[in-house]
Amino acid sequence: MKHVDEYRDRELVKSLAFRLADQVKRPLRFMEVCGTHTMNIFRFGLRSLFPADLEVVSGPGCPVCVTDSADIDVCIAAAENENVVIATFGDLVRVPGSRGSLAESRARGARVEIVYSPIDALELARAHEDKLVVFVGIGFETTVPTVAAAVAQAARLRMDNFCVLSLHKVMPPVFARLLAGNHQLDGLLCPGHVATIVGRRAFEPLALDYGLPCVIGGFEPVDIMQALVQLAELAARREAKVVNAYPRAVAEDGNSSAWRLVTDIFQPVDAQWRGLGTIKSSGLAIRDVYAAFDARRRLDFETETPAPPSTGCRCGDVICGRCRPVDCGHFGGSCTPGHPLGPCMVSSEGSCAAFYRYGEH
Amino acid sequence: MENKKDCVTLDHGSGGLAARELVQEVFLSRLNNSRLAPLEDSAVLPVANGRLAFTTDSYVVDPLFFPGGDIGALAVNGTVNDLAMRGAVPLALSLGLIIEEGLPLEVLERVVDSIAAAAETAGVDVVTGDTKVVHRGAADKLFINTSGIGSIVEGVEISPGQVRPGDGIILSGTMADHGITVLAEREDLGFGGQLRSDTFALNHVVAALVEHFPGGIHALRDPTRGGVATTLCEIAVVSGSSMEIWEERVPLNRPVAVACEILGIDPFFLANEGKCLLFVDPAVEGEILKALHRHPGGKQASLIGRVTDGEAGRVVLHTAVAGQRLMTPLTGDPLPRIC
Ligand code: SF4
Repeated sequence: MKHVDEYRDRELVKSLAFRLADQVKRPLRFMEVCGTHTMNIFRFGLRSLFPADLEVVSGPGCPVCVTDSADIDVCIAAAENENVVIATFGDLVRVPGSRGSLAESRARGARVEIVYSPIDALELARAHEDKLVVFVGIGFETTVPTVAAAVAQAARLRMDNFCVLSLHKVMPPVFARLLAGNHQLDGLLCPGHVATIVGRRAFEPLALDYGLPCVIGGFEPVDIMQALVQLAELAARREAKVVNAYPRAVAEDGNSSAWRLVTDIFQPVDAQWRGLGTIKSSGLAIRDVYAAFDARRRLDFETETPAPPSTGCRCGDVICGRCRPVDCGHFGGSCTPGHPLGPCMVSSEGSCAAFYRYGEH
Repeated sequence: MENKKDCVTLDHGSGGLAARELVQEVFLSRLNNSRLAPLEDSAVLPVANGRLAFTTDSYVVDPLFFPGGDIGALAVNGTVNDLAMRGAVPLALSLGLIIEEGLPLEVLERVVDSIAAAAETAGVDVVTGDTKVVHRGAADKLFINTSGIGSIVEGVEISPGQVRPGDGIILSGTMADHGITVLAEREDLGFGGQLRSDTFALNHVVAALVEHFPGGIHALRDPTRGGVATTLCEIAVVSGSSMEIWEERVPLNRPVAVACEILGIDPFFLANEGKCLLFVDPAVEGEILKALHRHPGGKQASLIGRVTDGEAGRVVLHTAVAGQRLMTPLTGDPLPRIC
């Protein structure tokens, strides 16, 4: 962790807090769009270091939180097939759809395994030759390359009992959707992980088309504070451009070989976002050549999913920065991490969970 | 298929000959003492003057063996520590086992060896016991329950109700070792063998402190499930006080910090099995810390915070990077079967 320590330097963080206070001369509203930013801002107590005039809201950066209830229903339909073993990352299991959660399906006898990487899911498929292992692919640009690699490997090994249920999404279209409305934002803290893959340049249209200052930030306390200082500087000058404050990981054009692998296997598709509806070309579906690894083509899903019961959960507003978790009537009462009503409270990266866990109530 | 003789079978739980053999060969040979040996329906203990502490806990940890310990050591140390947290000196333990049919005898023997060793270290006897064998699938390998009785010396009054503003908060050593070790082991994450459970009996170090600092220790609590954060919050609520904690003073082993970082887990929420939080009179906190440092159970003890008279239940963490946030108890346990 040597390399991490220098980005957790107490004195450096303090001096950046002073610089930030210096730069914020009028009320400013920034949005961060990455679950890891959300979490780390809370966990390191950085909010206590922000000047009173700076508000930092969370955007749709937590993959579990933006997953639509209808997509959860599709996962559950897959899980109910007795030949299927579902492999997924932990958080998704507890997200309620319109007919309960994967955890509840598991309690009723469905096979739902938690894995830490898509490679684990391949292992699972090898260990269960008589079952179809369905890996639920969830995540943004950062996560898709490893899933693409797993599909490529399965194809190479001619595995016929592994497939992916892709709920993957890409970020630029959702930014465009958010910013096209009345967003009342003065700056965007862009996600460093996504930028590592897509590169700095990919964010340029956001700055240019919407006149918004953008800074790509890393995840350690020093990274975050540094990025916010630069964002405040840009906002003070009302300068719309994309600054890379995370150059140790992010290049101008990103990691093109990783992205090439993704585009080999996936193609853009319209996708449903919780709270935002359908966004054109914001999802990734498996290409025809790899149809054998596409769960949607391997399994028959009911296309009609009932509208989710209205619980009054405001996750859709929370992930668009339209309200704070504490503005939701359920927060901390009928909705807690132990008994979550919406994905923002389930995911460890969700805003509601962060507000709850780190005591903003 | 393993040889029937090498496994625990339903016969072993039948109360017949096989059961007697199991008790003799596996248990009595290892745990022998004058109160257990007669195998009566209950053990008879002399009644002391004063007060008794009585506690029970069940252990279902998966896997049974992990670096630094196993379910047997955990079952003894956990119950001994629960007694010690009230300032009680352990007098006797009970041992109940629920065994899944088919458990290799060799596994059972290793666990009982470990129970014997832990009991010897803690200086307490297992005086009564019970074994049940259930059908395959009705339990997972082995579950253990231990109860413990301890005596509390006259005048010793240790409980969260005694905590008051100004008290120093000491953590007796590094945090999160047990929780992260079991998790890494269970998920086969292999962090280069650098993680070890901290399972340890705290009764000796507690007894020494209680004797040397009469009235100096207001409350003790072992931060097991839910970790240091949950324990602090609970005590803040029960004692109606506030607390300030300084993150940089909280001891954390380097490999544990790295593993938590990789897994995105907050070490303040991870279980400890050989540590305690001490709430102590500020007049003697320096002396208590020195005494802890001389003891194997407290070499890395650190003053991590202070009780204040703010809003009841409010625990503020001053983060290592000079930020501040509230600490909250763990909800929605992410790590079942950790102990
Ligand atoms: S507090 Fe719960 S119900 Fe309210 S928005 Fe958050 S997740 Fe939804």
